[in-house]
Amino acid sequence: MTNASMDSAPMKGSLTTVDARTKKRNAAEKRFRLYGIVAILIGLFFLVVLAVSILRSGIPAFTQAEVRLEFTMTQEQFDDAESQLLKTKAYQDLFIAALQSELEAKGLDVEFDGEAIERLLGKTGSTIREYFKENPDQIGTPVTFNLAASSRVDGYFKGRVSRDTLVDSRFLEVSDLDLVDALADAGIIVQAFNWNFITGSDSGVDNPGGAGIGVSVIGSFFMMLVVLALSLPIGVAASIYLEEFAPQNWFTDLIEVNISNLAAVPSIVFGILGLAVFIQFMHLPQSAPLVGGLVLTLMTLPTIIISTRASLKAVPPSIREAALGVGASKMQTVFHHVLPLAAPGILTGTIIGLAQALGETAPLLLIGMVGFIARAYPEGVVSGFIDPNSAMPAQIYTWAARADAGFYEKAWGGIIILLIFLLTMNLIAIILRRRFERRW
Amino acid sequence: MPLLWLFLLVLAIALAAFVLARSRVLAMSGQDRRTLHSLPNYYGSNAAMKSAIPALLVLVVWLIAQPFYVNSVVSDAIPDSAIADTSSRSLLLAEVRRAADGIDLAVSAGAMTEAEARDPDADVETMTATLTEAGAIVTSQITQSVLSAAQQFRVLNDTGYRIMTIAVLLIAAAGAFWGIKETRPDFRARNVVEQGIRVLLIAAASIAILTTLGIVLSLVFNTVEFFRLYPASDFFFGTNWAPSFSGRGGASDLGILPLLWGTFYISIVALVVAVPVGLFSAIYLSEYASPKVRAFAKPMLEVLAGIPTIVYGLFALLTVGPLLVSVFGDEGLGWMQAGTAVMTAGLVMGIMLIPFVSSLSDDIINAVPQAMRDGSYGLGATQSETIRQVVLPAALPGIVGAILLAASRAIGETMIVVLGAGAAARLSLNPFDAMTTVTAKIVSQLTGDSDFASPEALVAFALGMTLFVITLGLNVFALYIVRKYREQYE
Amino acid sequence: MYDTSHHRQETAVTDVKIKAKDVQVYYGDNHAIKDVSVEIENNTVTAFIGPSGCGKSTFLRCLNRMNDTIDICRVEGDILIDGNDIYDKRVDPVQLRAKVGMVFQKPNPFPKSIYDNIAYGPRIHGMARNKAELDEIVERALRRGAIWDEVKDRLNAPGTGLSGGQQQRLCIARAVATEPEVLLMDEPCSALDPIATAQVEELIDELRQNYAVVIVTHSMQQAARVSQKTAFFHLGNLVEYDDTSKIFTNPEDSRTESYITGRIG
Repeated sequence: MTNASMDSAPMKGSLTTVDARTKKRNAAEKRFRLYGIVAILIGLFFLVVLAVSILRSGIPAFTQAEVRLEFTMTQEQFDDAESQLLKTKAYQDLFIAALQSELEAKGLDVEFDGEAIERLLGKTGSTIREYFKENPDQIGTPVTFNLAASSRVDGYFKGRVSRDTLVDSRFLEVSDLDLVDALADAGIIVQAFNWNFITGSDSGVDNPGGAGIGVSVIGSFFMMLVVLALSLPIGVAASIYLEEFAPQNWFTDLIEVNISNLAAVPSIVFGILGLAVFIQFMHLPQSAPLVGGLVLTLMTLPTIIISTRASLKAVPPSIREAALGVGASKMQTVFHHVLPLAAPGILTGTIIGLAQALGETAPLLLIGMVGFIARAYPEGVVSGFIDPNSAMPAQIYTWAARADAGFYEKAWGGIIILLIFLLTMNLIAIILRRRFERRW
Repeated sequence: MPLLWLFLLVLAIALAAFVLARSRVLAMSGQDRRTLHSLPNYYGSNAAMKSAIPALLVLVVWLIAQPFYVNSVVSDAIPDSAIADTSSRSLLLAEVRRAADGIDLAVSAGAMTEAEARDPDADVETMTATLTEAGAIVTSQITQSVLSAAQQFRVLNDTGYRIMTIAVLLIAAAGAFWGIKETRPDFRARNVVEQGIRVLLIAAASIAILTTLGIVLSLVFNTVEFFRLYPASDFFFGTNWAPSFSGRGGASDLGILPLLWGTFYISIVALVVAVPVGLFSAIYLSEYASPKVRAFAKPMLEVLAGIPTIVYGLFALLTVGPLLVSVFGDEGLGWMQAGTAVMTAGLVMGIMLIPFVSSLSDDIINAVPQAMRDGSYGLGATQSETIRQVVLPAALPGIVGAILLAASRAIGETMIVVLGAGAAARLSLNPFDAMTTVTAKIVSQLTGDSDFASPEALVAFALGMTLFVITLGLNVFALYIVRKYREQYE
Repeated sequence: MYDTSHHRQETAVTDVKIKAKDVQVYYGDNHAIKDVSVEIENNTVTAFIGPSGCGKSTFLRCLNRMNDTIDICRVEGDILIDGNDIYDKRVDPVQLRAKVGMVFQKPNPFPKSIYDNIAYGPRIHGMARNKAELDEIVERALRRGAIWDEVKDRLNAPGTGLSGGQQQRLCIARAVATEPEVLLMDEPCSALDPIATAQVEELIDELRQNYAVVIVTHSMQQAARVSQKTAFFHLGNLVEYDDTSKIFTNPEDSRTESYITGRIG
């Protein structure tokens, strides 16, 4: 037997020469390792593509083509215009004259009429009239007007609209683009930062240029207030019970099973719950941030409970024994010693749970936070909770579902804002963890 | 908001009880606080707790119960003859409620006085006119029976809330009185308060059960309602999905099979993308990567998991869809009609699931004991042989569990399919066709102003029920496998 | 446990299997092994003894480069097997480990059948041309692991279902199946009860006919029972290396004496 084994022994040769079989095995090893690298690169590649397409498509939402024209209104001109029958037409003519002289001064010669200006800039006449009626003291001094260009003109600068694809309509005609080019050459049309996008409200379906995300940010804010106010105390209380007090019995098991299953229930099902219980059954107002907050609370609770329990578990038993040893009650031990020590971890988990809730869309669609509802800022705190409003992700969905491609840019822009919020929250969570993390 | 005031009033009573009980026990103890059983604050808390908690409990129960009572009384009072011209009692009740809301609005806007609003002999036509003028949306002419029912509804509600206010305040005061009265130095206030806190903690933990119960009940009730209007066998075995849009026509085909097929097809495409990439990433990160690579690549991949699904939805609709069309569309291979398709949604969902699969598998691979690897290395196995023949077989149950969890995620995912998969329900094998899923149809049937009593809206609850049962089954099974696997190595 | 005839034979055919010279091992900044030089002979059981943390296991794991799997570990000096430096760049650690088998402290059967546990090594090294040959290798290894009679009827049962002592003998059989020339054993009996220990010790004594066996042990009695040569490690140094009989009766170094009489350790 010994001899047989000696004969079949595979490697009698020197250790330093690699035999053929080992070479093959090492090649397989290299291949396998390569699969891993490729897999990771694929993942990172997707991340980069995602980031690039968000940035490339979203950044234009933050700029807006606008006409910047310095304009002096004399008292005679003002009185003259006010005395006419078509007052805004008179103001528009004044504006056109000013625009024409500005173009001539730059040595550019283009023909255009009032209708073209209306297609480019909307009702300039009434804007100017309202300004001077409100600020009569500005008459006689040069005033710079910044007038937002219509969304098609804006799209022309951003490459969404081109001479080849443009079909003449009441919104824009191909011939108008000559004027636009001339204005751009003269430096009258400029790209300016679009504050309206950040602070404004949603706009009607044919005005993508005027759409802003500001109101739905407020909607999200009120929703997050509800989520924070409910899920933190309830989540912490539930975790304390389960981690510190719960006896081993069927009831505790039932709670545990429920929590772990709720964590994996699809978010849309929570939307159905919200619709059936909060709106159909309790008659709470539809589309209200309060209801959205309640639904998101129920959805976030399992996440918060799981992370809170982990933080409580990380506090070593010796701390509890020390407190009990000096005669503290179980409740005092938990609230005076365990909870403060676990607080940083609980806070981190809560912030991450909130960030998750902030990005959640599907349940909000079912409770009616979709469509043209983020129209105006709420009037007060109560109105902020119960008046119909949208939320950031629901607003983005609303824009993505509209037919006008001009809204897509807004949707991407909205995503940038949403991601900035999420990134900030996660950064705070990471910093908290780094700063206060305690290793026992 | 009178409700808010009532709430604040109860809190104020509780606060007063706290202060009184605390000073009472301090006065009783004289100079020596050590004669007290508990710290003075516990005596205060005891009184506050006894005043606030029962009162608030009654308030909540009352608020939930009263609408039922009022509805049933009003419903009984409506004569059957009034129902004939509308379709059902529940629709008529909804109209009654709208009319009552309208009257409330008119009263608060000053368009009519409270006495006018309650006048049983009020003329129906002038009433309608006043309501329309006040801006209350009245769909049509109010009938006499609706008006009187609405008036009765208002009166009942009014009295109900008045009795509730008195009852709640009385309970709060009685609780406060009891709490203050039992305050004596030898009273074990701390134990009682702690018992109370314990009950609160249990209540908080029970919310998980209540949530599940709420989900199940709201699904079951509405699903049963749906099956009363639409045969269950047609729903489960129908191969055609074509709801009529009028909301009233009975010509809807509501078969779930095309939706289930779309759901599974998209999920399978997603898993085909996510499982190999996620699994190999996990293997590389846990077995090969240097700490530096791991510290960089792992969080980077996890960023993919932190991105909201609406972002992926938009990515599918506006980036991946057009990209696929340019390759597989009419100008390329001609397989694809539009950007929304199974492939689009599946691919993007796969990207979303990569970190999910990889971090779960990473945990599971790391749980395989090092001794197992050493045993294999000691026999002269290469690292890949060790992974393929020892580590992966050992981790297999856990990895299967992780994949099942990912599948349940994919099946329940909504935003990506709403935006990326299309709206047409179809039983097709071509992955470049647009298809739709259970979740996408839940959204489309429940958004908009559809009437919740129609089968077209109620079907969403039956879809939700199906979704809930499937994902719950997958989760329970997957968690069971993973737990069994963990126990094996503990 | 061993008789003098064995002893004579050994001294007659003394051939050095492993030769270590000035070996240093570092774990990060920690200097774990200092200047160890030792010669391990063929057909001999060599025991490494010493208090916990003295570096005996670390040194053992250098002999088949198991330390390669630990990132922060660094080995300096020469370790030669049959005159070849195993830390030479051209040496494939995989090939080396097939030649220098290892048995671990805790029995670590793979979660596979008994048969597959044994067949794993021969399969990856391509030692069998067909199923019949593999069957033969498995049987031979199990016989040599002194466990064949206990498991021959349930080769397809999972290896994890065996008792502790059986598992460890299975692991030894698994190591033997790849036909190594050296067998390293890292406290192979520390997780076993006395009866299983006795069985394994008996097995070790038989194995020495074919292999150079190196065993790390905590138990001095075990070293005295199974080994012919003993090395005493203390704080990373090789203090004394000699015939087992000499170490246990007449040690030269005072530290060795303190240890075997129970004063340090």
